[in-house]
Amino acid sequence: MFEEVGTTEEGDLIINVGPQHPSTHGVLHLIITLSGETIKKVEPHLGYIHRSIEKMCESLSYRQFIYVTSRMDYLSSHINNHGCALCVEKGLQIEIPPRAKVIRVLMDELTRLASHQLWWGAMAMDVGALTPFFHAFREREAINDIMEETCGARLTMNYIVPGGVMVDLHPHFQQRVKDFISLFKSKIDEYDELVTENVIFQSRMKGIGFLSKEDAISYGCTGPTARGSGLNCDIRKLYPYEVYSQLQFEEIIETAGDCFARYLVRLKEMRQSLFIVEQLIDNIPEGDFQAKTKAVLKLPKGEFYSRTETARGEFGVYIVSEGGATPYRIKFRSPGFSNLSALDHMTKGHKIGDLVAIMGTLDLVIPDIDR
Amino acid sequence: MSKEELKSNLEEIVISPEYEEGSEWTTVGFESRYWNSIALQLRHTEGLDLNYLFCLTCVDWKTHLTMVYHLTSTTHRHIVVLKSKLDRINPEIESVSGIWRTAEFHEREVYDLFGVKFLHHPDLRRLFMTEEWRGWPLRKDYEDPVNMIKL
Amino acid sequence: MTEEKNILPTQFPGEVHPTAGGGILLTKIDEVINWARSNSLWPLVFGTSCCAIEMMSTAAAKYDWSRFGFEVARATPRQADVIIIAGTIVNKIAPVLKRLYDQMADPKYVIAMGACATSGGPFFYNTYSVVKGADHVIPVDVYVAGCPPRPEALLHALIALQEKIRSGATREQIKMEKP
Repeated sequence: MFEEVGTTEEGDLIINVGPQHPSTHGVLHLIITLSGETIKKVEPHLGYIHRSIEKMCESLSYRQFIYVTSRMDYLSSHINNHGCALCVEKGLQIEIPPRAKVIRVLMDELTRLASHQLWWGAMAMDVGALTPFFHAFREREAINDIMEETCGARLTMNYIVPGGVMVDLHPHFQQRVKDFISLFKSKIDEYDELVTENVIFQSRMKGIGFLSKEDAISYGCTGPTARGSGLNCDIRKLYPYEVYSQLQFEEIIETAGDCFARYLVRLKEMRQSLFIVEQLIDNIPEGDFQAKTKAVLKLPKGEFYSRTETARGEFGVYIVSEGGATPYRIKFRSPGFSNLSALDHMTKGHKIGDLVAIMGTLDLVIPDIDR
Repeated sequence: MSKEELKSNLEEIVISPEYEEGSEWTTVGFESRYWNSIALQLRHTEGLDLNYLFCLTCVDWKTHLTMVYHLTSTTHRHIVVLKSKLDRINPEIESVSGIWRTAEFHEREVYDLFGVKFLHHPDLRRLFMTEEWRGWPLRKDYEDPVNMIKL
Repeated sequence: MTEEKNILPTQFPGEVHPTAGGGILLTKIDEVINWARSNSLWPLVFGTSCCAIEMMSTAAAKYDWSRFGFEVARATPRQADVIIIAGTIVNKIAPVLKRLYDQMADPKYVIAMGACATSGGPFFYNTYSVVKGADHVIPVDVYVAGCPPRPEALLHALIALQEKIRSGATREQIKMEKP
């Protein structure tokens, strides 16, 4: 890869961005072709964190492979686990108790909130504002403390398992979440005041990185990236799972298609997640937290596909089973993979500073792409 | 569109379709040499409009390889799964990256891990492994005594 | 010192270097230099996967690491003293890691954070692309266990590195002392 760097015949410059770079959010290697300071082509090189997870899962049992998926998109680790558990439950055809369903949705929405907080802090840092980083992490620590009391870990918690959840909620859970809700409601208005209404931020975001709706469909974009271009693709609304069909929340769509639209989609999604947590926190039903399952799970012969909505988009788990105790083939359809393929299209004609802003709004997590 | 209407639409497009029962979505098997015309018709037929390809993968059954495509429509919201058997020694199939742009990266990944050649792909190279890597890692007969420690 | 060497078996794999309290004589100048170096280590963040988030948490306001001297965490190796390897090392990124380590100026120290950088971690069995431990690529001074380790664990590792430098027991100092 390094020998491509240099100058072409027309005088264009070819340079490297990454793999070790503060603003690529992981190890992403981009080779960009510049004419002056205007970008003509961006080529991503992947594989710097390819940990062969799909091959590894072929030798793990159905209870064991879930811990590995926490580490793929580590910012929405609960939702990844949830997707895998849903796929296994589809194969086993078991019904999980209502208390487990509500706990799963609560954990999902808190994780989505934490992921968007970190995205907001990191993106503001990329564009040049250093203070929002510390604000975002301060609130994120509150969610991490809640998770740690119940699940035992701060980042990669293997809490959602096939059949329900692993242990029951901590007795202080409800009170802590209510304290957090009242704390965060004022903070999110602060976020708007600090960054969204800032003139410099808006002039760096508006009109940059346009993605039309047809292109978003053709490139397979999902999540807030596609919703910023006007595409309805929220799996929680289209193919509801768990208790989402009984909840009231809006799917946020913006039609402008530029960086600022994608930014606004995520900011409003934070408010919607808070709203969902408010609706559920007082209505957790009593009962079991886990359905009775056998010790060794064996899926029948066939194939199963489950779709969930992570903070980045649609996460798909495709299991092909031959009837044994380990899966025959697992494929993880990650949202970042297709979002990244639209990067070249979005950055034609922009400058390098705009490339950083566009990558920030795509919200890429590279281990999710490389698996 | 209901399953029966979907099946009758598909019968017109896919030559000698083989349906798989038992899965929640309509699953059709087709022959790999007609893939180009089938894909164009699936994308552009009024009423089908399968414009969103959300999963492209390959499964290694030890005697042959199977390509699996999951397609859906953003307007009608129906889902179709298409499968095709490929020969193991020399697997080749037409690329669809001109129809659904997302296939560009997905097909490079399948080439890297399984060795399937996609004809008329704009840039078929390895994606995750280095250029000098030999072997197709996700095939069932892949042996790597240097790197892999088996449990 | 000679009595200690006699009780070792003859075929000992490695070297024995007695640390402070066992017979090393450090001059006053060396003590002052080691104290100054240990209190102002600037890290080079090499975050590849999940441990990078816990490293960012350690840099943020709740578990601030700049109160111990790790103030300037830049992404360039030319101005860094310690490289914190946070995340899994894969075959493709091992040459990049080696190149960064070579670009750092002496004296330089290495911390391997997390189970993946220590020994391959959860990705040890049945993977074809993971390097089983960062010490196959560069020499490591401090290992931190955990998946991912808590921010307090990383702070403990940083303080342990500071103590190691003060007592003259890191690889750099051992190399410089041998005739």
